[in-house]
Amino acid sequence: MKDPVDVLIIGAGASGAAVAWSLAETKMHILCLEQGGWMNPATYPSTGRDWEARFYCDFSPSPNIRARPEDYPINEEGSPIKVVNFNGVGGGTVMYAAHFPRLHPSDFRVKSLDGVADDWPIDYWTLVPFFEENDRMMGVSGLAGDPAIPPRNPPMPPLPLGRSGTILAKAMNRLGWHWWPSDTTVATVDYEGRARCINLGHCTPGCAQGAKASTDITYWPAALRAGVELKTHCRVRAITTDEHGMAAGALYHDEEGKEQFQAAHAIVIACNGVGTPRLLLNSASGRFPNGLANSSGLVGRNLMFHPYAQIYGYVDEPTDSNRAPPTCLWSKEFYETDRSRGFVRGYTYQFGRGVGPVFEAVTSEEKGLLPWGAGHHAAFRRRNGHRLAMSAICEDLPEEHNRVTLDPVLKDSHGIPAPRIDYRISENSARMMEHGIASAKEILAAAGASDICVNSPILYGGWHLLGTARMGTDPERSVVNEWGRAHDVKNLFIVDGSLFVTSGGVNPTSTIQALALYVADQMKRRLSNLFD
Amino acid sequence: MTTNSPLSPTEREDLRVIAGIIIPASAEFDVPGADDPAIQAEILRTLGRDAGLVHEALDELARRAGGPLAVLDPARREAAAMKLRARGGAAVATLARVVLQCYYRDDRVVRSLGLEPRPPYPQGHVLEDGDWSLLDPVRARPPMWRLP
Repeated sequence: MKDPVDVLIIGAGASGAAVAWSLAETKMHILCLEQGGWMNPATYPSTGRDWEARFYCDFSPSPNIRARPEDYPINEEGSPIKVVNFNGVGGGTVMYAAHFPRLHPSDFRVKSLDGVADDWPIDYWTLVPFFEENDRMMGVSGLAGDPAIPPRNPPMPPLPLGRSGTILAKAMNRLGWHWWPSDTTVATVDYEGRARCINLGHCTPGCAQGAKASTDITYWPAALRAGVELKTHCRVRAITTDEHGMAAGALYHDEEGKEQFQAAHAIVIACNGVGTPRLLLNSASGRFPNGLANSSGLVGRNLMFHPYAQIYGYVDEPTDSNRAPPTCLWSKEFYETDRSRGFVRGYTYQFGRGVGPVFEAVTSEEKGLLPWGAGHHAAFRRRNGHRLAMSAICEDLPEEHNRVTLDPVLKDSHGIPAPRIDYRISENSARMMEHGIASAKEILAAAGASDICVNSPILYGGWHLLGTARMGTDPERSVVNEWGRAHDVKNLFIVDGSLFVTSGGVNPTSTIQALALYVADQMKRRLSNLFD
Repeated sequence: MTTNSPLSPTEREDLRVIAGIIIPASAEFDVPGADDPAIQAEILRTLGRDAGLVHEALDELARRAGGPLAVLDPARREAAAMKLRARGGAAVATLARVVLQCYYRDDRVVRSLGLEPRPPYPQGHVLEDGDWSLLDPVRARPPMWRLP
């Protein structure tokens, strides 16, 4: 039994880092337990000649393929979209594309506007100060003036258009469709101790240059300087409760695998939309037989992924391929609801710049575009360095049958029950994806592309893990209240993507971190009566 | 060639043969085939966790060929290889991937593509800025986002 801490944070990723940094100014004793370790950028794939091959093994985005000691297995046989994540200090921000849009104002009011799902208990404008604070802390590059979103002022200039962006921009202008340089967390100038981007081009599996913001190099150094304590290689098994139904602390396995107990006055869960419900369900007890904070029965339900439809083709002129960050442009042409399209809500296009030679060869071989034998070389050279790609990030609406439960058999290396995913793509999402594919073909045609290929859904595309401990004012229809505190356990808070009531049609990290800062701010404002 | 290879000598020879069928040498492009000794050594050195599925694919290949691929004449080798490709599946895809991912990082091959044989870090690349006046028609659009 260790001395109790004031606040115990579980998970050191996007949201855990943000909440730790924000709460540090209270001078409370704050401890974070993280199942992974610190990453060493000198070992990231882009430092070696096998930089592309490692995407298929130790730097795969899939924890089931990657299978590092820090990872836990996931039974995802019941889902056409596989979970991708990263476990370590920085969490998913170590292994993300750094595309950094915010949810739109309409995303918080889908029931009122479109008669589907539920409205959020907060709105876009509530989060604006926290979006801005997060943009500054993570370091966002982008361009003000986008007519598709509310005004914002990224602190760094956007990434260059490059060859790929130029080809795409011209195609979009021919169609009269919206496009804009993406907001990203790639530093385009030297920023707060981070070196500017030098176009390693392999951003997703960790940036060796340190130009891409991950919370191990943004929030965590500041939080540690401010006195927050971070223990790595500590995997939490369960949260325990006392006789008053309050969270008492966490049982965890330390680096040597020994079970320990850490008492805490308040606990903040930041384990993502799969890890958080897993932990709550693994914390079932006589007092909470269906899992902790689960009187609504909604813990683990309403899982949303953002089904991705990826479309690409080949143009005659050379593209940037692997010689630039994959983030490039976005389009919000089909973001807001237009019922004439046959679905409600919408999607963002995320345009890429191309891929390196190994990805080109492997994916073209899989598509049957690359022959074996004499024709191989000519076919490869026609495609390599000429790919133009985009993905439609489709808004997934919450459905209770899409859920995270505990697998009855599968366990992690500590014997803790692993999560199981059951998920189906809805009719609305399927129609949206088809629309995204059809419109992307128009864009590629306008760009003069041929040999069009489609991956829909992207199999290993479950980047965004949302909705499994949703926020709301009604304890029967939500897990936490409008400021992140569990309805059932008054000293238990959730700050990750589990909170999302609906998913929007954008990459969620910016909004996840803004929510974490918002919850931390609410906690600070209520310190004298936090548990009332 | 490594002595603690996860593949038997017969499997290694079949791997060499099918790699050469997948990517033959080309005088036109001045590149070796994937059966080149240096590329084969790199495949075996880095096989790692893929060894099981590659072993499975080579087993299937030998079964379809009626024995080791290496003892067949070229036409029968190619026929067996194409049947294997048509069968598809995780093992065949893995076999193809381990060949491709080592081939397309070989110095000679990378140079033939007009690329530099080096990792991305620390040198990086140069990205041209582009013409931002392309944004003018988009800037002229009225606000598109909905106010709830």
